[in-house]
This record gives sequence, C-alpha cells and structure tokens, in this order.
Amino acid sequence: MASSMQTDADNRELIAFRVGRQEFCINVMMVREIRGWTAATALPRSPRYVKGVINLRGAVLPIVDLAVRLGLPGTEPTARNVIIVVMIGHQQIGLLVDAVSDILTTNDNNIQPSPDVSSDLVKTFVKGLLPVDGRMISLIGLDNVLPAGEMEAA
Amino acid sequence: MEDPMAAIRETFFQECEEQLAALETGLIAMENGTADSETVNAVFRAVHSMKGGAGIFSLDALVRFAHVFETALDKVRSGSLAATPQVVGVFLRAADVLEDVVNAAREGGTVDEARTAALVEEFSHINDTPAAPAPTPAPAPEAAPTGGLFEDAVPPSQHWEIVFTPKPELYAKANETALLLRELRRLGPVTVTLDAGRLPELNELDPEGAYLTWNIALDSECDEEAIRHVFEFVEDDCELTITPPQSVGFAPGTVITGDNGFKFEFFPPPEMEPEEEEAPACAVATVAPAPVPAPHEPPAPPAPVKHPAVEVMAAKAESAVAVTATIRVDLDRVDRMIDLVGELVINEAMLSQRVMEAGIARASGVAMALEELEHLTREIQDSVMAIRAQPVRSVFQRMPRLVREVAAQTGKQVRLVTEGEGTEVDKTVIERIADPLTHMIRNAIDHGLESPETRVANGKPAEGTVKLLALHRSGRIVLEVSDDGAGINRARVRQKAIENGVISPDAQLTDDEIDNLIFLPGFSTAAKVSDISGRGVGMDVVRQSVAALGGRISIASRPGQGSTFTLSLPLTLAVLDGMVVSAHGHTLIIPLGAIVETLKPRASDVFPLDDHISVLALRGGYVPIVDVAISLGYCEEFIDPEQSVALLVEGEGGVRAVLMVDAIHGQRQVVIKSLEANYRAVPGIAAATVMGDGRVALILDVDAVVRNARSEAGRGEVPALEAN
Repeated sequence: MASSMQTDADNRELIAFRVGRQEFCINVMMVREIRGWTAATALPRSPRYVKGVINLRGAVLPIVDLAVRLGLPGTEPTARNVIIVVMIGHQQIGLLVDAVSDILTTNDNNIQPSPDVSSDLVKTFVKGLLPVDGRMISLIGLDNVLPAGEMEAA
Repeated sequence: MEDPMAAIRETFFQECEEQLAALETGLIAMENGTADSETVNAVFRAVHSMKGGAGIFSLDALVRFAHVFETALDKVRSGSLAATPQVVGVFLRAADVLEDVVNAAREGGTVDEARTAALVEEFSHINDTPAAPAPTPAPAPEAAPTGGLFEDAVPPSQHWEIVFTPKPELYAKANETALLLRELRRLGPVTVTLDAGRLPELNELDPEGAYLTWNIALDSECDEEAIRHVFEFVEDDCELTITPPQSVGFAPGTVITGDNGFKFEFFPPPEMEPEEEEAPACAVATVAPAPVPAPHEPPAPPAPVKHPAVEVMAAKAESAVAVTATIRVDLDRVDRMIDLVGELVINEAMLSQRVMEAGIARASGVAMALEELEHLTREIQDSVMAIRAQPVRSVFQRMPRLVREVAAQTGKQVRLVTEGEGTEVDKTVIERIADPLTHMIRNAIDHGLESPETRVANGKPAEGTVKLLALHRSGRIVLEVSDDGAGINRARVRQKAIENGVISPDAQLTDDEIDNLIFLPGFSTAAKVSDISGRGVGMDVVRQSVAALGGRISIASRPGQGSTFTLSLPLTLAVLDGMVVSAHGHTLIIPLGAIVETLKPRASDVFPLDDHISVLALRGGYVPIVDVAISLGYCEEFIDPEQSVALLVEGEGGVRAVLMVDAIHGQRQVVIKSLEANYRAVPGIAAATVMGDGRVALILDVDAVVRNARSEAGRGEVPALEAN
C-alpha cells in the first residue's frame, strides 16, 4: 500500500502543447480548461506578449501569447489556436498556444535537467527536458509568465 | 473548518460589532432627544446580548463591565433614572470603553483598567441620582404604581402560571430545560408538571423532535419581566405563555389577528385544573397556531394592568417594524452569484441579437417573451447588486464620536455635518475607507480648525464645522472631508519641505503643488507631534491606503477659509451607466457621470498649442483636447476633428477636457469587472466589462486620462505615449 502511494506521488501528469515548431509541457494540475481562440480586447500599455483580455464566463481573462513570451516568432492567432486556462497563484491566465499535442505520465527520474545555457528565457521558464519517442519536450514553469517586476516596468 | 468554537466565537464578535453600532445609534438618538421607548429598549438589548454572549465564552471583564452598564440602562428603561444629557454622556463614554473591552477580548489583549474603573465609578454616581420627575423614554406600562421602581414597595407573593413548550430549535441550540426550570426556582417556590400528551409512539418519534410541555406554577412576588428574563435566550425557540395572577384577559375563544399575519387565540386559563396534566393544560400551550411558526413573544410588558394580550400585541407589532430579518452569507457566494447573473445578462443579450438576426418580427411571441426575459434579468441583476452594496452610513456613524473625542482633546468646538449617508458602495470599500476617513477627520480638527479664540478673533464663529460628504460621481464614490479652518499654511509647508530636503529652496511651486506636498512620506507640519494626528501616520499613509483601493486623494485649500480633502474611490462590483464609444476601432466605455455634453467639433475650432497639445474653442473659452486613441497608445496619428465626436468631460476637482473619439454607439448599463483580479491595473483604464456580444470592453478612467494630459501639457514634454 505504502509503496504504491509512493509511486503515485512520484508520477505526474503533464500536458504537452506545440508553440511554433517546439513542444512544451506543464503540470496538468495547473490547467483549468482548454478552449478555442476568441478575439481578445487589446490592453493599452501592456507588454507585447499580452494579447489582451477575453471574457471567461464573466471573468476577465488576460491572454499571454506564449510564443512571444518564450522569445519565439509570434503569429496572428486563428480559430485553430488554443487557449489553455491555467491557475497561477490566485490568478487565472490564458496561454495562447498552437495546439495541445499529448498528455504524458512520467516521473521525476525521466526529466532531465535543462542544460546550462546563457539564454535568460531558458533560465526563466525551462525547468527540465523530457525525451518522448524521439521528441524533446521542455517542461516549463509558469511563475514568471506575468512577473510583477516586469509588469511594473512595462 | 478547524475549531468549531473559534468560528462561533468569531460570530459572537461580529455580532458585537453590530450591537455596538446599534448602541451608538441609540445613544446618539437619546442625546439628540429623538429617542422613543423602543430606542432605550434597543440600547439595553444591545448591551444585554453582548453580556449574554460574553458569558458563554467566559470573557469575564466584558461581562462585568456590560453588567454595570446594563444595570444603569435598565434603570433608564424602567424610568427610575432620567436620561439627562449628563447621564447619556456617561453612556456614550461607556459605549467607547465597552468597544475597547470587546476589542481587547477579541484580540486577547488587556484593557485599561483605570478607564473601566473610572466609568464604573461614574455609573455609581449616576445611579445615585434620584429619578427626575421629567418625562423619560420609559415604556408606558411602567407607569403602573406597582412597577417595582423603588425597593420599598414590596408586592405580596403571587401565583403565576407558566406554560413552557420548547421547540426542537431550543434543543438544537444546546439549551437545557432543566437549567431554565432551576433558574425559575430562584424566583420562588415552583411546582412543575410535565405534560407528555404530545409524545408519539416510539416508532414515530423523531429523536431530534420536541414533544414535551411543562406547566409551571410559580409563587413569587416578582413581575412578569423577571420571569421572561429567565427565558430570554430561548424566547424564539419555545412557546411560552405566562398567565399573570388574577388575569382579567379575554374570554376563551377570542381570536386576535395582528396585521403582520400572526394570530392569538385565547383558551380557558389553566388554573382551573392545576393538577391535571392532560388536555386542558395542553390547549393553553398552543397559542398562535397561525402561519407563523414561532409566536415569540416580546420581552416587553411587565406588570400588565388590564389586557396583557393587547399589550403583547402592540409591542409585537412595534418590534416587527423595527427589526428587519437578516442572514449572514459568505461573501464568496454572493460574488459567485453576481458573476453568474452578469453572465446571464450577456447571454440574454446574445440571444436577443440572434433572434433579431434570424429575422423574427418584433411583434411576434418570441420577441415579446424575450423582452419579458430581458426585464426580468435586469431586475435580478439589480437585486443581486444590491446585496453587496451598502450605504456608507455604517462608517459615517462612527464619526460623531471621533469628533467628540478629538474636540475634547484639542479644546476646540466642532460641529460635524454629514451628507449623503445613503450613498451605496461595495462592502469591501466601506470596510477599508473607515481608517483613512478617521485620519482625515482627525487631521481636519487638529490641524485644520483654529482654536475658538483665534476663530473669534478672525471674525468666525467659535464653533468650527467639519463636513463629511459622500456622493456618486463618474462611476466612483467621492468622499469629501472639508473644514472651515485656516487652510493650509503654505509658507510653513514650503519651509518644512525645504528642511526635509523634499524640494530645493529655489523651487518654483504653484499653490496646488505646495498643497500636495503634504501627501509626501514623513511630512507633518504640526510644530510638535500631537497624539491626535501625529502618531507617525501622515497623509502619505492615507494616500497609500486610498491608492491601494484604486482611489485618489486631492486637496483644495483657501487661506483663512478652510481645506477640502477629496477621496475618489471605485465602486467595485457595481454597475455603471456608460457611453459606448469607439476609438481607433477599439470599443470603450466612458462613465456617463463624467460626461457634461457631447459635441461635433469643427476643424476651425481646434487650435494646436504645440505638436501634441491642442485646445478646442468652446463658448468663448479654450478646453484642452485629449485624443483617447493616442492617450491609450492605440495609435499615434492625431484624429481628424471633422471625423470625430467630442465629449466634454469633467474630472475630479471640476477639471474639464474634451475627449475625442471616432463615434458614439449609445448608452448602456455595464457590469464592472476587475482587471486586477487576473491581471493588474492598467493606466488610463478604470475597469473592464463584458458587452452583449461576449467581448470584453474597457472602461475609461476619465480622471486619469485628463490628469495625464494636463501633466504632460504642464511639463511641456513630448508625451511618451507608447511604452511598448
């Protein structure tokens, strides 16, 4: 009994998605829902990666263009794009991605540390790398998606 | 949850807050002479309930003080002590101390024993005061000569009949009948007879039900109030009939129906067969079977003279008017409901739009039913909004006491005038404006008003006036604290600012700018630190706490005539009447309250001041133009005045500007949605809302946009419009 619980604790479920030609994943526990792209209302004086806000059942949900946030070329979203609604602290935020690709079950042993590179973006977001069927999926942390300091400066 | 007792304790303290507020209101009414007998009763009940609750939690200090207070109040209630201004003054101070004692009990601190002792001492003095012959706000029945006002009148022992039928709620609240009966025994010899006539068969018995009735015969010289006192805390949860000695009463079978839907039916008095434990005694217990489940009788009429039942009725009707039933609801539930109703409104609008698109005639059944639905939805929305909104009265009510205290400490004569107490604002805002307001009023009296002698010397009345005002403006609540004092001493403020290194000695500042220096951290012009406003808390803290609420504070001062502090706060979660406009293709809402008029500008009326600032000639004057699209960074091209619509707006402090937009799309009521909840505050934007098509639209912060344009114009800088 105890050992099976141990295994459960080690295992985690991740949701993988595509942004541009790369694949990323986040902990499935953070995800509240996944919905299609709807036109967002632009916010004045906001960082470029903040696409604007949409109406999520009466709440105002900011949309972060994850491609721009991760330093990848951004594109105009279409109806094929997907918004992953995640809970970060007390705030709900929508992440604009290209498509959800997979749900993975893995444990910490399979996650390799991210290589020590000079890129600030990698340091800020990438928490580890996950090899799956010859693909490489980056596990990202979302704590700094809307960092307070940067928001003030923006 | 964690500790159930902690939750109950918390509820008790919340109730204490309400009781303290009721106490204050009542005492002020007594002070103003607008009190009636019900006021005195309400004041008494407030203290009494706190005492009762405190007993449960063994808060001895609170019980002791409340008891002394209650005793004195009871004397006023019974007419043996006149509510003279001096006595009410003691009561008001006692209410202060009581509040401190409650707070100390809540936070586990200690109270200033000397203060409580001093008041207990004062109470003993006023208790010695003989009853004044002057009319007192005592309940009428007390006029009875045997009212027991004086100890010397000892009424003979009398035979009381009490029928006591607990309801399940009584047991559910952990009351114990045995204890109540034991308590009764203190009043005199008691004969208790159990009536188990309603006890069902065992298989039909609800284990949590209540089936027993006690018939109690009491020989005592006490009055009815003393008996009711025993049952005071279970009054609502039992059926209680007290038949006074030699009751005249009504003929059996008489039915009296009150206008609030309850009914009394009179049965033969029980004393006919005191030893019988069956039917007739039971009948007495079934008073008021009517639609109302609980005929809880009021604590009022002691020593009934003639028709006890009629008095019971009258008192009952009175209290029904005075007390509105309330429930406590978790705020989260209310907020959830507000969100859902907002959603409902949007869905309804979308449905209407679809029906229109489908080409269904306006006169058709579908369209008419939809219209009904729309009305209904709006009404639901209004009702739900009203749940969270509360009048600012609860905060304003605390201020008279504060003014009294500070006036006494500073030796100044102050009159407080309040206006707009009924202005409604969200509950959270109310809770958080109390502190800044308190500080501003302290400040107005301590720093603003002059001493009576100086005032008289300057040809002003000795009594200074502090005015507290609340009103709705531009979808915000505006609170003003003004005084008719000396105004800001600009020379001294400037001097102080130079001393503190805030400004350089050769700085050129306008009067406005000097006035606003007082909001800077660590700034206090009081020559010596007084313990009233100089507790190290300056106006900068007020400004910070106001800013934390999304509000702004400003000051207007005229030497010799006084200062006015203006607080402007958002009405979070409220609805707003707005004008729907578009600027560079973006839909925006402009609060209707800010708009003075709309106009179509002519190109010949627009005059550029420099590359970025223009003014509009309007009826002989020039008003600065704010291009909304540029101001929000939507574009950098100045709008063609011929292709635009201009809105003349008035911001805080009466500052006017002309907002240029592409077009106006009409008016509508919108639900304010917070941007901060999931994102953060956006400069120039007050909040967001959801439109009929389900899209988010932003609500313009008119004051910020106007102020921004002004400060950019004033500095003569090239406005940095696009940060990103």
